[in-house]
Amino acid sequence: MVIASDLEAARQVENTILDEVERYGYSDASAFSIRLAIEEGLNNAIKHGNGYDPNKTVQVAFAVTPQQVVISITDEGPGFDPARVPDPTCDENLEKPCGRGIMLMRAYMDEIHYNPCGNQVRMVKKNS
Amino acid sequence: MSQPTPHLKVANDGQVTVVELTPKKILDEMSIMQIGQQLYALAAGSASPRMALDFTNVAHMSSSALGVLITLHKRVREKGGRMVLCNIQPAIYEIFAITRLNEIFSIQANRQEAILALQ
Repeated sequence: MVIASDLEAARQVENTILDEVERYGYSDASAFSIRLAIEEGLNNAIKHGNGYDPNKTVQVAFAVTPQQVVISITDEGPGFDPARVPDPTCDENLEKPCGRGIMLMRAYMDEIHYNPCGNQVRMVKKNS
Repeated sequence: MSQPTPHLKVANDGQVTVVELTPKKILDEMSIMQIGQQLYALAAGSASPRMALDFTNVAHMSSSALGVLITLHKRVREKGGRMVLCNIQPAIYEIFAITRLNEIFSIQANRQEAILALQ
Protein backbone atom coordinates (compact mmCIF):
# COMPACT_ATOMS: atom_id res chain seq x y z
CA MET A 1 0.00 0.00 0.00
CA VAL A 2 1.46 3.37 -1.00
CA ILE A 3 0.08 6.53 0.57
CA ALA A 4 0.76 10.23 0.21
CA SER A 5 2.69 12.09 2.92
CA ASP A 6 -0.60 13.05 4.36
CA LEU A 7 -1.99 12.47 7.84
CA GLU A 8 -5.51 11.72 6.60
CA ALA A 9 -4.14 8.98 4.36
CA ALA A 10 -2.23 7.67 7.36
CA ARG A 11 -5.45 7.55 9.39
CA GLN A 12 -7.13 5.45 6.71
CA VAL A 13 -4.27 2.92 6.72
CA GLU A 14 -4.35 2.82 10.48
CA ASN A 15 -8.09 2.10 10.48
CA THR A 16 -7.70 -0.61 7.82
CA ILE A 17 -5.09 -2.42 9.90
CA LEU A 18 -7.06 -1.98 13.12
CA ASP A 19 -10.18 -3.41 11.46
CA GLU A 20 -8.17 -6.54 10.66
CA VAL A 21 -6.81 -6.67 14.20
CA GLU A 22 -10.33 -6.48 15.57
CA ARG A 23 -11.53 -9.14 13.14
CA TYR A 24 -8.94 -11.58 14.49
CA GLY A 25 -10.03 -10.94 18.07
CA TYR A 26 -6.89 -9.33 19.43
CA SER A 27 -7.29 -7.94 22.96
CA ASP A 28 -8.10 -4.29 23.55
CA ALA A 29 -4.63 -3.87 25.05
CA SER A 30 -2.98 -5.28 21.91
CA ALA A 31 -5.15 -3.09 19.67
CA PHE A 32 -4.18 -0.06 21.78
CA SER A 33 -0.49 -0.92 21.36
CA ILE A 34 -0.77 -1.50 17.62
CA ARG A 35 -2.67 1.76 17.07
CA LEU A 36 -0.09 3.70 19.03
CA ALA A 37 2.83 2.12 17.17
CA ILE A 38 1.26 2.70 13.73
CA GLU A 39 0.50 6.30 14.66
CA GLU A 40 4.05 6.95 15.81
CA GLY A 41 5.59 5.09 12.85
CA LEU A 42 3.50 6.91 10.25
CA ASN A 43 4.01 10.28 11.93
CA ASN A 44 7.75 9.73 11.88
CA ALA A 45 7.67 8.69 8.22
CA ILE A 46 5.53 11.62 7.08
CA LYS A 47 7.01 14.28 9.32
CA HIS A 48 10.67 13.40 9.83
CA GLY A 49 11.23 11.06 6.87
CA ASN A 50 9.38 12.81 4.06
CA GLY A 51 9.18 16.24 5.69
CA TYR A 52 5.50 16.51 4.64
CA ASP A 53 6.69 16.66 1.01
CA PRO A 54 3.56 16.02 -1.11
CA ASN A 55 5.78 14.56 -3.85
CA LYS A 56 7.02 11.83 -1.54
CA THR A 57 5.10 8.75 -0.52
CA VAL A 58 5.07 6.25 2.34
CA GLN A 59 4.91 2.52 1.71
CA VAL A 60 2.98 0.51 4.26
CA ALA A 61 2.98 -3.28 4.19
CA PHE A 62 1.12 -5.30 6.77
CA ALA A 63 0.11 -8.86 7.53
CA VAL A 64 -2.43 -9.65 10.19
CA THR A 65 -2.80 -13.29 11.18
CA PRO A 66 -4.31 -14.93 14.26
CA GLN A 67 -0.76 -15.24 15.65
CA GLN A 68 0.78 -11.84 15.00
CA VAL A 69 0.64 -8.49 13.28
CA VAL A 70 3.60 -7.42 11.16
CA ILE A 71 3.74 -3.83 9.90
CA SER A 72 6.44 -2.29 7.76
CA ILE A 73 6.60 1.46 7.09
CA THR A 74 9.04 2.90 4.55
CA ASP A 75 9.54 6.57 3.76
CA GLU A 76 11.54 8.34 1.06
CA GLY A 77 13.74 10.24 3.48
CA PRO A 78 17.49 9.84 3.95
CA GLY A 79 16.97 7.63 7.01
CA PHE A 80 18.58 7.96 10.41
CA ASP A 81 20.46 5.96 13.00
CA PRO A 82 17.96 4.99 15.72
CA ALA A 83 20.88 4.24 18.07
CA ARG A 84 21.72 7.94 18.06
CA VAL A 85 18.27 9.07 19.20
CA PRO A 86 18.65 10.28 22.79
CA ASP A 87 16.88 8.30 25.50
CA PRO A 88 13.85 10.45 26.42
CA THR A 89 13.70 8.89 29.89
CA CYS A 90 17.14 10.18 30.90
CA ASP A 91 16.82 12.94 33.49
CA GLU A 92 18.29 15.55 31.15
CA ASN A 93 15.76 14.74 28.41
CA LEU A 94 12.63 14.30 30.51
CA GLU A 95 11.25 17.74 29.81
CA LYS A 96 12.10 17.87 26.13
CA PRO A 97 8.84 18.09 24.17
CA CYS A 98 9.79 15.55 21.50
CA GLY A 99 11.68 12.32 20.90
CA ARG A 100 9.37 9.76 22.52
CA GLY A 101 7.83 8.12 19.43
CA ILE A 102 10.45 5.43 18.84
CA MET A 103 10.64 4.65 22.53
CA LEU A 104 6.86 4.11 22.68
CA MET A 105 6.98 1.89 19.58
CA ARG A 106 9.65 -0.24 21.29
CA ALA A 107 7.68 -0.35 24.53
CA TYR A 108 4.37 -1.37 22.97
CA MET A 109 5.46 -3.77 20.21
CA ASP A 110 7.21 -7.12 20.66
CA GLU A 111 9.78 -6.44 17.97
CA ILE A 112 10.93 -3.34 16.14
CA HIS A 113 13.73 -3.28 13.57
CA TYR A 114 15.08 -0.60 11.28
CA ASN A 115 16.72 -1.29 7.94
CA PRO A 116 20.43 -0.31 7.70
CA CYS A 117 19.61 3.05 6.14
CA GLY A 118 16.95 3.84 8.75
CA ASN A 119 14.10 4.79 6.44
CA GLN A 120 12.13 1.61 7.08
CA VAL A 121 10.75 0.27 10.34
CA ARG A 122 9.33 -3.23 10.74
CA MET A 123 7.22 -3.91 13.83
CA VAL A 124 5.74 -7.12 15.18
CA LYS A 125 3.01 -7.61 17.78
CA LYS A 126 2.21 -11.16 18.89
CA ASN A 127 -1.36 -12.11 19.74
CA SER A 128 -1.18 -12.89 23.43
CA MET B 1 -20.14 28.96 33.08
CA SER B 2 -18.86 26.39 30.60
CA GLN B 3 -17.27 27.47 27.36
CA PRO B 4 -16.92 24.87 24.59
CA THR B 5 -14.08 24.94 22.06
CA PRO B 6 -13.57 22.28 19.37
CA HIS B 7 -11.31 20.08 21.50
CA LEU B 8 -11.70 21.46 25.00
CA LYS B 9 -14.49 22.09 27.46
CA VAL B 10 -13.37 24.88 29.76
CA ALA B 11 -14.93 25.80 33.09
CA ASN B 12 -13.81 27.79 36.09
CA ASP B 13 -13.96 26.51 39.65
CA GLY B 14 -12.85 29.34 41.88
CA GLN B 15 -9.36 30.23 40.74
CA VAL B 16 -8.88 26.91 38.96
CA THR B 17 -9.43 26.55 35.24
CA VAL B 18 -10.79 23.07 34.58
CA VAL B 19 -10.13 21.86 31.06
CA GLU B 20 -11.79 18.70 29.85
CA LEU B 21 -10.15 17.24 26.77
CA THR B 22 -13.13 16.15 24.68
CA PRO B 23 -11.61 13.90 21.95
CA LYS B 24 -11.36 10.17 22.52
CA LYS B 25 -8.24 10.06 20.38
CA ILE B 26 -5.54 12.72 20.58
CA LEU B 27 -3.48 11.39 17.73
CA ASP B 28 -3.45 13.48 14.60
CA GLU B 29 -0.94 16.28 14.38
CA MET B 30 -3.40 18.94 13.27
CA SER B 31 -5.74 18.35 16.21
CA ILE B 32 -2.80 18.19 18.61
CA MET B 33 -1.53 21.51 17.29
CA GLN B 34 -4.98 23.07 17.75
CA ILE B 35 -5.30 21.66 21.26
CA GLY B 36 -1.86 23.05 22.04
CA GLN B 37 -2.75 26.52 20.81
CA GLN B 38 -5.97 26.52 22.86
CA LEU B 39 -4.19 25.34 26.00
CA TYR B 40 -1.32 27.82 25.57
CA ALA B 41 -3.86 30.63 25.12
CA LEU B 42 -5.60 29.64 28.36
CA ALA B 43 -2.28 29.68 30.21
CA ALA B 44 -1.33 33.01 28.65
CA GLY B 45 -4.66 34.52 29.67
CA SER B 46 -4.02 34.14 33.38
CA ALA B 47 -1.48 35.94 35.55
CA SER B 48 -0.72 32.77 37.50
CA PRO B 49 -2.57 29.91 35.86
CA ARG B 50 -3.95 27.03 37.87
CA MET B 51 -5.06 24.42 35.40
CA ALA B 52 -6.71 21.05 35.95
CA LEU B 53 -6.65 18.93 32.80
CA ASP B 54 -9.35 16.27 32.81
CA PHE B 55 -8.54 13.20 30.67
CA THR B 56 -11.87 11.40 31.24
CA ASN B 57 -12.61 11.07 27.52
CA VAL B 58 -9.11 10.29 26.31
CA ALA B 59 -8.57 6.67 25.29
CA HIS B 60 -5.66 7.14 22.84
CA MET B 61 -2.86 9.64 22.66
CA SER B 62 0.47 9.95 20.88
CA SER B 63 3.92 11.22 21.76
CA SER B 64 3.10 14.53 20.04
CA ALA B 65 0.33 15.10 22.58
CA LEU B 66 2.85 14.49 25.36
CA GLY B 67 4.99 17.19 23.79
CA VAL B 68 2.11 19.68 24.03
CA LEU B 69 1.62 18.84 27.71
CA ILE B 70 5.32 19.33 28.42
CA THR B 71 5.33 22.72 26.68
CA LEU B 72 2.15 23.76 28.50
CA HIS B 73 3.59 22.66 31.84
CA LYS B 74 6.70 24.75 31.18
CA ARG B 75 4.67 27.84 30.25
CA VAL B 76 2.41 27.48 33.30
CA ARG B 77 5.42 27.19 35.62
CA GLU B 78 7.13 30.16 33.97
CA LYS B 79 4.13 32.23 35.05
CA GLY B 80 4.31 30.91 38.59
CA GLY B 81 1.26 28.72 38.02
CA ARG B 82 0.51 25.05 38.50
CA MET B 83 -1.02 22.31 36.43
CA VAL B 84 -2.59 19.01 37.49
CA LEU B 85 -3.80 16.11 35.33
CA CYS B 86 -6.71 13.93 36.42
CA ASN B 87 -9.08 11.11 35.44
CA ILE B 88 -6.40 9.39 33.40
CA GLN B 89 -7.43 5.95 32.17
CA PRO B 90 -5.01 3.14 33.09
CA ALA B 91 -3.81 2.58 29.50
CA ILE B 92 -3.02 6.28 29.13
CA TYR B 93 -1.36 6.40 32.54
CA GLU B 94 0.95 3.63 31.33
CA ILE B 95 2.21 5.97 28.58
CA PHE B 96 3.04 8.56 31.23
CA ALA B 97 4.78 5.91 33.33
CA ILE B 98 6.80 4.43 30.44
CA THR B 99 8.04 7.88 29.49
CA ARG B 100 8.57 8.83 33.17
CA LEU B 101 6.34 11.84 32.68
CA ASN B 102 4.33 10.72 35.70
CA GLU B 103 7.37 12.00 37.64
CA ILE B 104 7.14 15.43 36.01
CA PHE B 105 3.40 15.99 36.06
CA SER B 106 1.19 16.18 39.12
CA ILE B 107 -1.50 13.53 38.58
CA GLN B 108 -4.64 13.17 40.69
CA ALA B 109 -7.35 10.51 40.59
CA ASN B 110 -10.29 12.78 39.84
CA ARG B 111 -11.37 16.33 39.20
CA GLN B 112 -12.20 17.12 42.82
CA GLU B 113 -8.75 16.07 43.98
CA ALA B 114 -7.12 17.99 41.16
CA ILE B 115 -8.98 21.17 42.14
CA LEU B 116 -8.11 20.59 45.79
CA ALA B 117 -4.44 20.16 44.90
CA LEU B 118 -4.50 23.49 43.06
CA GLN B 119 -6.07 25.50 45.89
